[in-house]
Amino acid sequence: MRAFRYHRPRDIAEAVAVVAAEPDATYLGGGTNLVDLMKLGVARPGLLVDVTRLPLDTIGTLPDGGLRIGATVRNSDLAADLTVRRDFPMLARALLAGASGQLRNMATVGGNLLQRTRCLYFQDVTKPCNKREPGAGCAAREGQHRDLAILGTSDACVATHPSDLAVALAALDAVVEVQEPAGPRDIPLAELLRLPGDEPDRETTMVRGGLVTAVRVPPLPYARVSTYRKARDRASFAFAAGSVAAAVGLDDGTVRDVRLAFGAVAHRPWRAYVAEDALRGQPATPESFGRAADAELAAAQPLRDNGFKVPLVRNLTVATLTDLVDSHRRAAAWVP
Amino acid sequence: MTDVAAGAAAARGGLPDRDLRSRVAVRVNDDVRQLDLDNRTTLLDALREQVGLTGTKKGCDHGQCGACTVLLDGRRVQSCLVLAVTLDGAEVVTVEDLAPAGDLHPLQSRFLERDAYQCGYCTPGQLCSATGMLAEARRGWPSAVTTDLVADRTALTDAEIRERMSGNLCRCAAYPNIVAAIRDVAAAGGAA
Repeated sequence: MRAFRYHRPRDIAEAVAVVAAEPDATYLGGGTNLVDLMKLGVARPGLLVDVTRLPLDTIGTLPDGGLRIGATVRNSDLAADLTVRRDFPMLARALLAGASGQLRNMATVGGNLLQRTRCLYFQDVTKPCNKREPGAGCAAREGQHRDLAILGTSDACVATHPSDLAVALAALDAVVEVQEPAGPRDIPLAELLRLPGDEPDRETTMVRGGLVTAVRVPPLPYARVSTYRKARDRASFAFAAGSVAAAVGLDDGTVRDVRLAFGAVAHRPWRAYVAEDALRGQPATPESFGRAADAELAAAQPLRDNGFKVPLVRNLTVATLTDLVDSHRRAAAWVP
Repeated sequence: MTDVAAGAAAARGGLPDRDLRSRVAVRVNDDVRQLDLDNRTTLLDALREQVGLTGTKKGCDHGQCGACTVLLDGRRVQSCLVLAVTLDGAEVVTVEDLAPAGDLHPLQSRFLERDAYQCGYCTPGQLCSATGMLAEARRGWPSAVTTDLVADRTALTDAEIRERMSGNLCRCAAYPNIVAAIRDVAAAGGAA
């Protein structure tokens, strides 16, 4: 590991000024990804600016019923929050599906959004990787890419974003509050994380020195019946092979509105706008759900060994939305 | 300058050593330890090599196996991914201090009675993790297999214990007995 200096900033403004001024400075949150990447030689910061003691660790309810989640709130505290569990179960489910009990106690919300891909080649400094070293080439296209992306890929990069939480936040239209050298700015989550294009090393739309300070989740009453379903190679403590965050609002048997996002299929959480558009006004049936998933996944460009993700995500979508419709029916039929 | 010294200086980017080291005060098992550290030192290495507490084990050193689990400010964490420089004023409890000297924590007793290990290398991490996990369950935290997310309290079934302990690997696969030992303690009220 490269030797580094350590700095604990007094406030947000100082943190941003220090990181903006030093090309090899980086923020330290829970460290669950960054410290590992430093051990692997993938991340080589010369200065760590520790933001974990800044006053960004609270979860607040907004007047409109939404949530404001501080960037250094630990994943486990967010998953345990009663408002999150009651009003946004997909958020709690996504958090609980991620990592292990220990890692959730360490990992922060801001760090979760900005964590790096677990592509094998990105994490191995002896292999070429355009994300780690622009222009080096991509070993994953012809190599081990079973876990990698099928949507929004480029010739340069087929990496996936590994977060579960971010998939639920994308489905919920979350807005990320960032502090940049020029001042604070709101960025919709869907626009914070980039698709790889020909610059896979640029992962966010923040400027150099930008710090995530909070995430706002707007109210969505029908998300009280919502969930996150994750398929993976073992029952627990594994990254997704594919995942779905979903909520559906019904008028009788018709889809009034729907939120749908896919995980482990792209360089960022994949909000399924095509499927959502296809579903509004349609009967809330498995047939409709399947057709909508097919419409979204028509754009998929699977590689040699990850074509299974197309039917996997389709089936997850149909099963998850069907379960949510059943949950709505049970709730409507329930008489105390 | 020797090759080694030149290499070391290059690794520091030409910076003086004092910028790359820090002094922190960490409470470890009720003793405040003044540590003078290379900033790269993990809590795991600080415990084992500076404090002299070798109960905490290094397995993968990448946050994947749980052998290094300790309690940091009352919560279970993986000490291999915590930089000790971040811990000034923090409180760490290791397996050595789960019970008063000469005594056993209920989890330790049940691990013995249930034969919840073979080689024993993962055991300190399992014990610290289970201690933290039982505290989380007492606070009503749900898990990925909890059906009712808003319940005040979730019964620690075997499925719940397995899910909540998934961050601790046992390559001898003593899992059935580990689950049984933890189930015993949970059923007895989850003594802390």
